[in-house]
Amino acid sequence: MALDLPLTRNVRADLAPTDIAAYEGNGGYQGLRHAMAQLSPADCLQLVKDSNLRGRGGAGFPTGMKWSFVPMDGSPGHKYLICNADEMEPGTFKDRLLLECDPHQLIEGMILSAYTIQADVAYIFIRAEYLLAADLLRQAIADCYARGYLGQDILGTGYSLDMHVHASAGRYICGEETALISSLEGKRANPRAKPPFPQVSGLWGRPTIVNNVETLCNIPHIIERGADWFKALGVGEDAGTKLFGVSGRVKNPGCWEMPMGTPIREILEGKAGGMEEGYRLRGFLPGGGSTDFLVEEHLDLPMEYESIGKAGSRMGTGTMIVLDDQTCPVGFVKNLMEFFAQESCGFCTPCRDGLPWSAQVLDDIESGRGLPEDIATLQRQVQYIGAMGNTHCALAPGAMEPLQSALKYFREDFDRHISGQACPWCDAEVAHAAH
Amino acid sequence: MSSIAEQLIPVLSEQELAAIDAELAHVPYPAAAAIDALKIVQAHRGWVSDASLVAIARHLQMSATELDGIATFYNLIFRRPVGENIILLCNSVSCWIKGCEKLQRQISAQLEIAPGETTADNKYTLLPVTCLGACDKAPVLMLGDDLHHNVDTELLRELFGSDGGQG
Repeated sequence: MALDLPLTRNVRADLAPTDIAAYEGNGGYQGLRHAMAQLSPADCLQLVKDSNLRGRGGAGFPTGMKWSFVPMDGSPGHKYLICNADEMEPGTFKDRLLLECDPHQLIEGMILSAYTIQADVAYIFIRAEYLLAADLLRQAIADCYARGYLGQDILGTGYSLDMHVHASAGRYICGEETALISSLEGKRANPRAKPPFPQVSGLWGRPTIVNNVETLCNIPHIIERGADWFKALGVGEDAGTKLFGVSGRVKNPGCWEMPMGTPIREILEGKAGGMEEGYRLRGFLPGGGSTDFLVEEHLDLPMEYESIGKAGSRMGTGTMIVLDDQTCPVGFVKNLMEFFAQESCGFCTPCRDGLPWSAQVLDDIESGRGLPEDIATLQRQVQYIGAMGNTHCALAPGAMEPLQSALKYFREDFDRHISGQACPWCDAEVAHAAH
Repeated sequence: MSSIAEQLIPVLSEQELAAIDAELAHVPYPAAAAIDALKIVQAHRGWVSDASLVAIARHLQMSATELDGIATFYNLIFRRPVGENIILLCNSVSCWIKGCEKLQRQISAQLEIAPGETTADNKYTLLPVTCLGACDKAPVLMLGDDLHHNVDTELLRELFGSDGGQG
């Protein structure tokens, strides 16, 4: 039997966008019609809870539980649903596919999600560089207003929803949900202390849900086809399908929808075709730049939250970055650390001052100026900056994940840099040209 | 408002004001549209000068200092003049593995600019940027609104002229 792959069923081979006619022609907006005719917001919430859908943005929080904290007492005032389309995690390129190829799937998911929490305004917070996706979404929203899927009295139910696209102006930290809310309010994107949680006090102090693009794209299918169908899509513990991606020195880098729980090997070798000719696998970050390295011995693990967690990493965004034997692990981690140091919002000291310090130590080692005691310094940084609770948000602990696991799996490479006072991978010509 | 202040604070164009006011229609207070307003003015003028900043702040009923704190937070709001075309060269890890540092050196040599600089003829500004979300086609860059995949030496020659040339 062919695999049921709901998220990408409208993705065409040429990656051309699916317009509203094609979307409706393939059963689109049936979930919305079904819900509006037969389901109460409470029914929808129960379906999403029963489906075991977990957030696809990286943290994996159960979506139904997140929604259940929104007050439903009918008191006056706005409630907001926000789609987080600020995809900027290094090595992550899955939401772009959903946004560019099937914008209506996201919008239908957003209308249903907003209906469930009885939000009256929805925003799509999209990164500035996703210009094509933003244009497609604006067109798709206009088409929905024309069809009566958005605006006043949707499909004659009395429920009303407005939807806007907000194109951002840069900065990775905007993807953190409370920082995103600050940014949407027109402020610097500093994360906020929790509690209060956004579900109670979010955008402009009102109840707000922030969900990732891929999470929201699952909703129409769950509403239309039910929780049991959704749970059965996964081949292991977790429900549904997932967009998995591979980048780095593999034969066929790309992004594919596969059942949750698919073994890593099936993704890396089956879909991505294994390593490029002449390159050997040394390790990989399973879910973007802020996840711990895994290595060859982990290839038969299923891609699901628990298994990857038990192996010492996180499934994160599900898009893997492969480290090959001709790429320097210290340089790899240094690149990531410089990214996180640059993208710190600057609000709390361990992150603002700690990450540049880590990046400096890594630069020293990579540039042949490393000292034996630098390893202990890095380990102390991992210990203090990496501990959740020592920083204002999860950015700095995330930054420490590739470093701490690189120190575990590639320690001898760090030592070789220090003892040889040079990077064994740096070719002399390149090093010379850099100066 | 005195005429001196009118002269010191340049007036936003009607087009800019109309676009900003359209944003103001769906936010609860004017300062909430700060980022949209900065982007609108930048779209018209290429960057946000001190004078533009003051004019926007006045329209949004906020202090110029507060608005500058917002403007300087976001890397795609330009508080210095930029060239006609922005080159956003991805330097995150997947593109780094595939040699984005080499590409940066080639662009710098071809256009005679370091990252952050603008060519003498004002045609190009080279800016490193975080992961552009096209890692399966690394290395990538954006030139203006266009994303270029699998960038190599040959493509850079096509886009920016030959090595050491004047672009």
